[in-house]
Amino acid sequence: MSNIIDIRGFGYAYPPLTPDQEPTWVLEDINLQVQAGEFVSILGPTGVGKTTLCLSLIGIIPQSTGGVIRGDVWVDGLNTKACSVPELAQRVGLIFQDPETQLFNLTVESELAFGLETRGLQPAEIEERISWALSLVGMSDLRSRSPFHLSGGQKQRVAIASVLAISPKILVLDEPTSSLDPVGKAEVFSVVRELRRKQGMTIVMVEQELEHIAEFSDRVVVLDQGRVKMEGPPQSVFGHVEQLKAVGVGAPQVCELADCLNKRHQTDFHFILLEQAHKALADHLDARG
Amino acid sequence: MPGGEPPVNPPLLETRNLEFEYPDGQAALGGISLRIERGEFIALIGQNGSGKTTLAKHFNGLLRPTRGQVLLNGEEVGERSVGDLARTIGYVFQNPDHQIFSATTREEIAFGPANLGLKESEVAQRTQQAMDDFDLTPYANLQPALLSFGLRRKVSVAAVYAMRTQVLILDEPSAGLDWRGAEELMRRVADLNRQGHTILLITHDMRLVAAHAARCLLLRAGSLLADGPTRQILGKAELLRQTDMQAPQITELGHRLASRGMSSTMLSVAEFCTAYGELKTGGEARHASRR
Repeated sequence: MSNIIDIRGFGYAYPPLTPDQEPTWVLEDINLQVQAGEFVSILGPTGVGKTTLCLSLIGIIPQSTGGVIRGDVWVDGLNTKACSVPELAQRVGLIFQDPETQLFNLTVESELAFGLETRGLQPAEIEERISWALSLVGMSDLRSRSPFHLSGGQKQRVAIASVLAISPKILVLDEPTSSLDPVGKAEVFSVVRELRRKQGMTIVMVEQELEHIAEFSDRVVVLDQGRVKMEGPPQSVFGHVEQLKAVGVGAPQVCELADCLNKRHQTDFHFILLEQAHKALADHLDARG
Repeated sequence: MPGGEPPVNPPLLETRNLEFEYPDGQAALGGISLRIERGEFIALIGQNGSGKTTLAKHFNGLLRPTRGQVLLNGEEVGERSVGDLARTIGYVFQNPDHQIFSATTREEIAFGPANLGLKESEVAQRTQQAMDDFDLTPYANLQPALLSFGLRRKVSVAAVYAMRTQVLILDEPSAGLDWRGAEELMRRVADLNRQGHTILLITHDMRLVAAHAARCLLLRAGSLLADGPTRQILGKAELLRQTDMQAPQITELGHRLASRGMSSTMLSVAEFCTAYGELKTGGEARHASRR
């Protein structure tokens, strides 16, 4: 299997605020490989460098920020030290926390057209790509609307569509649902899952939404103190409730429950989803006789 | 007051048929009447656009009723200024950037207490205490606007926390915080509540609601759809479905096991764990006694 993202011994320190200060390493020694078509969720406490890692995947770090770098980040065969941000932006789309920081046009349509026009594409192709991208996020009916009159979930879907229109292979999302309500969160997760399923896109998503992460990810990566602390399928990572709490990221409530039941009642539960928990506990209770 | 004597002990906050319309005539709140007593911990829940923030902004005067009344300690808020009300009602905005403006974190947090007219030493002491309680001391001399979102969120809460107002309104305080950040923040808020401060928590995080709020106000389309103890409100599965609200996983799981004897509404993992143990051993004991 090919690794579309390959991060080896990667460390990064932002430039110090004053010249006499030593640089502080935000990322110390990151080693992470992501396969094409994989959905990887990244968890980690505030300030651990999750956004820094996202910016490193699109070359903004170190190219626009300066600072000190060690190790390498390879994205779709390109070393981020050796190619330009626009070159990487063809391959990697980046979505931020607050969709409003990304939207600035008067209509949904022109929001998407902007990135395409700056690339000098022909009108017919621009039109085709806009229609395609909007249909992927389920926003075709709202293309003439102002992005500012949309709900939070719809705004984030427009932001995602504007990145999709460039047709990147990789989508990097930096806490895309943290400013959304539960309906908006569910909209964004389902759009991302479909992109991965139908378009085979590679997804790297920084999130705090534990229940959604447990449901949608192929792999969960937990960062702590500048390194990858835990890594594996959600089933195995979310089994380590104490460790996740120690790092500061927590686990879905049903995982906490499995942990609590196993400790207090000598059971052996490993569920990570509500449906799994329901079935396991119902079976267990029915076995009372 | 028409039709009776003013009550001897008026509630801390009260609204009477509170209606609010935006300048374009769009109705945002339609006749809300509620009472909030001293020392309560209340969650204000409902979908986006249901009027949660609009209602809360009436308590500190950021919005004024189109019709109806808002009363603080039995007296109509009327034209009292936002600055005056801020001495009693602390408000943490949903977006920390709507609040943060100082050159350093220390100044940001000191601003509120200083405006209360406290002695300089008291301001300094409260500021340091707030920074300690929210782990912000390392950032004391940095510009808060340049901190990460999670840290900016903490600064915005600490700045209001330092004022120790009688009422604290928090609008989505856990958004953008990690699990530990949310837990620690809520622990501080719960401490304040134990000391007698009244808390009004606006949130979508039902896990926090279940863990901390004693009472829930559920809004839908500008109306108060339900008002009651948290356990009672979270026990109404149909009501939650109608309003697109989702009970915490643990509550939902309990409901799904109701047919197997999980009878009451579960609000925490610990509660569930205990109830499950009793259910399991109770069931086995019954089974054994039948034999």
